[in-house]
Amino acid sequence: MAKIKGTIVVDIDKCKGCGVCVPTCPTKTIALGREVNGKGYNYMQAVNPDTCTGCTNCATVCPDTVITVYRVKVEG
Amino acid sequence: MIKPENAVYSRTKVLTDNIMHYCPGCSHGTVHKLIAEVIDEMGIQDKTIGVSPVGCGVFAYNYLDIDWLEAAHGRAPALATAAKRLNPDRYVFTYQGDGDLASIGTAEIMHACNRGENIVVIFINNAIYGMTGGQMAPTTLVGQVTATTPYGRNVELNGYPLKITELIAQLPGTCYVTRQTVYNPLTVRKAKRAIRKAFENSMLKKGTSFVEVVGTCSSGWKLTPVEANQWMVDNMFPEYPLGDMKDI
Repeated sequence: MAKIKGTIVVDIDKCKGCGVCVPTCPTKTIALGREVNGKGYNYMQAVNPDTCTGCTNCATVCPDTVITVYRVKVEG
Repeated sequence: MIKPENAVYSRTKVLTDNIMHYCPGCSHGTVHKLIAEVIDEMGIQDKTIGVSPVGCGVFAYNYLDIDWLEAAHGRAPALATAAKRLNPDRYVFTYQGDGDLASIGTAEIMHACNRGENIVVIFINNAIYGMTGGQMAPTTLVGQVTATTPYGRNVELNGYPLKITELIAQLPGTCYVTRQTVYNPLTVRKAKRAIRKAFENSMLKKGTSFVEVVGTCSSGWKLTPVEANQWMVDNMFPEYPLGDMKDI
């Protein structure tokens, strides 16, 4: 059966770390990191990158549109 | 995996690369994104004129790469009327907050909707004046603490929350009046469908389309963005129920 695998890329300089995306993630992939960006905000990171399914929930609710979502089918 | 052909969600080109000045978690950013995506999907980037308000949304022209007008406080529907009448082949929309539309601009919005101008009105209702520091707005809930109602909004002193969307739905000039919100993926997708429908209506000469978006102001409400979303679900939705009020 083909498995679906996703990944997210956060635009670090634009992210304000509001955390609105965290409750929408069904697999707890995304969370607030400890590092800060150039504006002094902690930014969102894929802390569990292996669990991402590419559902686009986090990117859909992101007020600053900083998340790009990629999704591929993995055979096997 | 990170290749353009695998991208399932990416930033639309209608949004500029500027970093938004809004506070973290502000609903304005989400609504800007939805308008940009609708404009991109309909392919009307060179045929759209926006009218920005006074309020936090005043800098909307920095974030959407379309033609813009900047109105005096509350007067966006008057400018949109002129823009649409002079350019009937353009999609014209106003983007207004509750202090702009429901307070100082009440006359303009009522008469523009009553005339049935073929424009789209996007109304962001966060029950507070966000830009000026969290003062009471006409839409502030009874008992809500703001900078000017430190003991909560008192009905005897300050009156009742103004349900302007319900008033506008009574006017025969409007064709589509709806109340949406943008706090989770489901509601964001619904709000996007509503905004798209409003833009399509404006070319069908059916009348004014009015989309209210109930949003958060985490700075004005003194809550974190996630807490503000929950406060909105618990307190705003009983007063401002979601759904279509008019659709013809």
